[in-house]
Amino acid sequence: MTDFERVLGLGDDALIAAQRLAEWCSRAPDMEEDIALANIALDQLGAARLLLTYAGELEGHGRGEDELAFLRDDREFRNVQLVELANGDFAVTMTKLLFLSVYQRLLYADLSASTDERLAGIAGKARKESAYHVDHASLWVVRLGDGTDESHRRMQTALDAVWPYTHELFEWYPDLRSSWLESVQSVLMEASLSLPADGWAPTGGRSGAHTEALSKLLADMQVLHRAHPGATW
Amino acid sequence: MVTASELVRAVPDPELRVVTIGDLGIVRDIEVHGAQVVVTITPTYSGCPAMDAIRSDISAALRDAGFADISVKTVLAPAWSTDWITDAGRSKLAAAGIAPPGRTVGLALTVRCPQCGSPDTEELSRFGSTACKSLWRCRSCSEPFDAVKTL
Repeated sequence: MTDFERVLGLGDDALIAAQRLAEWCSRAPDMEEDIALANIALDQLGAARLLLTYAGELEGHGRGEDELAFLRDDREFRNVQLVELANGDFAVTMTKLLFLSVYQRLLYADLSASTDERLAGIAGKARKESAYHVDHASLWVVRLGDGTDESHRRMQTALDAVWPYTHELFEWYPDLRSSWLESVQSVLMEASLSLPADGWAPTGGRSGAHTEALSKLLADMQVLHRAHPGATW
Repeated sequence: MVTASELVRAVPDPELRVVTIGDLGIVRDIEVHGAQVVVTITPTYSGCPAMDAIRSDISAALRDAGFADISVKTVLAPAWSTDWITDAGRSKLAAAGIAPPGRTVGLALTVRCPQCGSPDTEELSRFGSTACKSLWRCRSCSEPFDAVKTL
């Protein structure tokens, strides 16, 4: 794997997560949550822009952040499938956010000590923001898991459904899994939820094989740029 | 005469209008060579949407003062911390009803209500009207208020 592919993959994770979270804008259960999810989406988008700009420079073919975000087809995206999955109900959204943000917090902490100074700078900035995302997702998982029978049932259903997609996070960074498990496990324990068993482990995102959810997301995200190339405000 | 440094540091933040970018500690370096100025700034958050506005406000302030060759660079490392907000900046935030951030080291103290000063406050949401703020309410005077998040 080249440095370009690696940075592109991390940028795509952040970009697709940003787009999914932004779908909650004006649809969240309350005003505060609406603002929270939009803010987290904005943090992800900020990291995505920095990473994709850098990826374009590493590639050396003159592609900038916009070309990479808006003019690639689904097979050219390198994000993990976890981030492209549909938002589902609020429990699914919070499950995805918990799994992703714990991973990103650990990953960015590691990368902030990277010998690649550019990547270290981006990661050093993003890790502080990830800590807030982990906090937010953890609070909701505990609140729903430890809430009513219905919220508990939905939270456990979401965990079981999303769990298989967590394995792909560690294809590039296998060393992170034990710390990730430890953090996730402590949140689930506090939420009186059970850790799903390992089984099916879908894969392929890092090499461009995605679920149909990504195609639909991209159609929505890219339509304006593709219809009006180079349009500005 | 006003120096380039003073001009740049006096640029108001586009989202927190009561403080300057100098107060916020996001100006990292200013180099002046005759009519040429190179300003280096750092974002508060990776996705801070105010960065473009800040860049053009810096350029406009310098251009109005007669500088012809202006460039504004962005650096990410070391990552900005709310510890870089100056004491003057903290006072201005508080005076505008926005609770200034705590220090990143030492004991986490409660956020005091910027209206009545009471420490009896509660967090309504960790995310507020801008990326750098959270939303609080005072239990003593019932006023809701923004607080700059410690980062």
